[in-house]
Amino acid sequence: MLYEPVIGLEVHVHLKTKSKAFCGCSTEFGAQPNTQTCPVCLGFPGSLPVLNKTALDYAIKVALALGCRVQEYTKFDRKNYFYPDLPKNYQISQYDLPLSCDGFLDIHLQGAASKRIRIRRVHLEEDAGKLIHRQDTSLADFNRSGIPLLEIVSEPDINSAGQAHEYLAELKSILEYLDVSDCDMEKGSLRCDANISLRKQGSLELGVKSELKNMNSFKAVRDALNFEIERQKELLDSGQAVIQETRLWDAKQLKTLSMRSKEEAKDYRYFPEPDLSTFSISADKIAGIRKGIPELPREKLLRFIKEYGLSEYDASVLVISRRDAIFSEQCFKAYAPKEKKAVVNWLIGPLLSEANNRGIGLSDLKIEPAALIELVNFVERQEISLLSAKTVLTQMLDSVKSASEVIKEKNLLQISDTRALEDMAEQVIKENPAVAGDYKSGKESALMFLVGEAMKKSQGRANPKALKEILEKNLKK
Amino acid sequence: MPKESLNRLTAHELLQRLDNKQVTSDEILSALKQRIKEVEPDVRAYVRLDKSFELKNSRTQELKCLFQGLPVSIKDNICTDGLNTECCSKILGGFKPPYDATVIKKLKEAGAVIADLKTNMDEFAFGSSTENSFFGPTHNPWDLERVPGGSSGGSAAAVAADEAILALGSDTGGSIRQPASFCGVVGLKPTYGRVSRFGLIAFASSLDQIGPITKDVKDSALLLGAIAGYDPNDSTSVDTPVPDYTRSLINDVKGIKIGLPKEYFVEGIDPQVKAIVEEAVEKLKKLGAFVEPVSLRHTQYAAPVYYIVATAEASSNLARFDGVQYGHRSATPGQGMLQMYQNTREEGFGEEAKRRILLGTFVLSHGYYEAYYLRALKVRTLIKQDFDAVFEGFDCILTPTAPTPAFKIGEKTDNPLKMYLSDIYTICANLAGLPAISLPCGFTKEGLPVGLQILAKPFAEEMLFRVAYTYEQNTQWHKMKPKL
Repeated sequence: MLYEPVIGLEVHVHLKTKSKAFCGCSTEFGAQPNTQTCPVCLGFPGSLPVLNKTALDYAIKVALALGCRVQEYTKFDRKNYFYPDLPKNYQISQYDLPLSCDGFLDIHLQGAASKRIRIRRVHLEEDAGKLIHRQDTSLADFNRSGIPLLEIVSEPDINSAGQAHEYLAELKSILEYLDVSDCDMEKGSLRCDANISLRKQGSLELGVKSELKNMNSFKAVRDALNFEIERQKELLDSGQAVIQETRLWDAKQLKTLSMRSKEEAKDYRYFPEPDLSTFSISADKIAGIRKGIPELPREKLLRFIKEYGLSEYDASVLVISRRDAIFSEQCFKAYAPKEKKAVVNWLIGPLLSEANNRGIGLSDLKIEPAALIELVNFVERQEISLLSAKTVLTQMLDSVKSASEVIKEKNLLQISDTRALEDMAEQVIKENPAVAGDYKSGKESALMFLVGEAMKKSQGRANPKALKEILEKNLKK
Repeated sequence: MPKESLNRLTAHELLQRLDNKQVTSDEILSALKQRIKEVEPDVRAYVRLDKSFELKNSRTQELKCLFQGLPVSIKDNICTDGLNTECCSKILGGFKPPYDATVIKKLKEAGAVIADLKTNMDEFAFGSSTENSFFGPTHNPWDLERVPGGSSGGSAAAVAADEAILALGSDTGGSIRQPASFCGVVGLKPTYGRVSRFGLIAFASSLDQIGPITKDVKDSALLLGAIAGYDPNDSTSVDTPVPDYTRSLINDVKGIKIGLPKEYFVEGIDPQVKAIVEEAVEKLKKLGAFVEPVSLRHTQYAAPVYYIVATAEASSNLARFDGVQYGHRSATPGQGMLQMYQNTREEGFGEEAKRRILLGTFVLSHGYYEAYYLRALKVRTLIKQDFDAVFEGFDCILTPTAPTPAFKIGEKTDNPLKMYLSDIYTICANLAGLPAISLPCGFTKEGLPVGLQILAKPFAEEMLFRVAYTYEQNTQWHKMKPKL
């Protein structure tokens, strides 16, 4: 039987405000346990929450960027459940009047048309603390308790693990452009749960879903979904039922394991948080925040294609990170010719691989756009070879010297002087009479061997194109 | 007046003597300490107070500020930095807050002495008699076999017995006014948002307010002035200026329009209470007030609405008492975390607390929320609208504070519903967020005080003070003292 996976994602992201959602404690990551706490985020008796206005602004910014309708009136609710990482035993969240709803995110898979994933709601809540389990004890660290958390819930419009992966990648990119979150899954500042069910291809009826948790990377989300698709398929094909339950992804065993079934599902007894009154968000405030939204990745990509003639693939690589995209555009601007392909190849090729080797982003490399373009121009003018240029780049990054300084120091200028090249050609033909003979008798490939030999003699500095022409000419004499 | 009787004076009388250098703060504290030693074994207004308790003005500098070293007794649910604050519950046993409630901070800044004088209360303010205290009941100074009312029974009894000069209580459904009525003192519940709730251990967040319990109206105005005001730490406090309330102490009610809600004088009211309150109304008429009957149609729904809203919020507010971070943790070895929670809460909460947590949990549960909680919120709005309509034509509303005078200890403990009806006249002010004051207006044949309640529109505390002050100036009830 053919099935169609139906997937909805629930993403939680930490907002990178200086202080927590409802108190003044720092949100800095990595501090000693329980040093960034106060009576409010510890849930001490008598303490009261006060909303962090910046957290609200950030949340509105994300909602707008995702095309959501920001509600005129919104409120906070209490979600009641007992757990030792939740000091008040309720979480301040939003229930029936979320900050915003009805948005969308268009995802773009290679070689496919774009697909619109509807977003049901974006709301603001507080994070819980962290439990550290030892052999016979559990320890609680409340530094994370009260950090503003944005919940972004998609409609079940995703139909494959690949689409889910792309949705997360594009969402992360947007959040990074908005500069509201670190989106670091390893630090827990971006977390993702998934709902997944299968239905018969062409059917409109939804199947029974399972909820997947504990996926700590984009890859884990993809792997867990693929595993779950197969698991549910096997169940259905063998006539068994899928049980509605929560399943945890085990990254070691590479499978999902049952955590709890629906029978134990909790009643959170939501009700309006009486310590924070209902509040309105003015049209002026929304307009002000909208103005502050920068050009988003997709808009930038389309503009790069239009203004600089980039291919869609090249543009998509360069716009993932906002800072990298800004750096790239500075490079395009510093490069005079209209056709930017040479620069793009440098950015996506040697520069990106240097950045990856160093474990940093393109824009973190210690090179100014003008310095890069100087190097590119040397190559374009055929004054140095591409091979040497790559060495020059590494030197530049390590020493902060300019391209011309490195080239001069290392004596890397390409030999294009016809006299010198004539001498080299003559010498190579003399030294390899048999190969020269082969060429003359029609074996075209013999020529490249001779070019290679001559390049060796010049220690790579000979202009290969000119050298080849001269060799050809001499052999035909 | 002999120095040993200083405790009998009001705060404003003492402040005048302090100003004139007739007395010192230490002399006042010493008189108070003596009085506490004498009557506390009978009254039991305070908790955790042993014989060797200290009562000192730790400030060395002479104070020029409002309270100049006068002590204020504090209900056990208001956080005091470093001093036990346990809501008279076993579950908060040993809890010393690391911070002061905003009202305590303000009182300290105004020169008040905040000592170990924490007053008894129904556990977590759940009750109308102070019998639900982990530390046992407080006794009414007018009749030691009777309750002082509740939940701020300790504060009211302490003021009535002259074991306190001034006291703070909290009022969620009448917890300041009803004990003030039972003990013959003045109790004020301010407008919701007038006084910061930061540091008040919450019972029902949308209803709770801290307020003064005092010997007369002037002290009430002084104390409210000291604790009122916007607090950035309490999002529900309102940013509106605090007037000088002593300027509203005007002995004149001519032309003031008073509404008498007919729903408050029907069945259930003790005939003596009815007669005494009606006499008080006559008095105000004679003083020039314009009095007319009014109707608050939804009054009959107030009690059910209150017990849904208040218990719902309480069930969530009390969830944090789980033995994890502070207070009581069960020593019973249990299997795992859930068992620890269960044992701790089973051992730590009293019967009434458990009852209200269960009620509140039930009304918020899936499938019942709409029928109970949501509907209660809608009726709450209707109740508020009743008052809005009356206040369009009237300056204030007069009612009895409670349907009966103080009842006997143990009389209603077996019947929670009967106990709940003790708040029937006071809960509306909380549901509608209105300010309301209770002041003594007479005594029953048995010598038990009866309270008169005055309600006004939001932030019209000045109107309450004016009417109450006029009544007080023209009567002697507030000067009566219990024989102890």
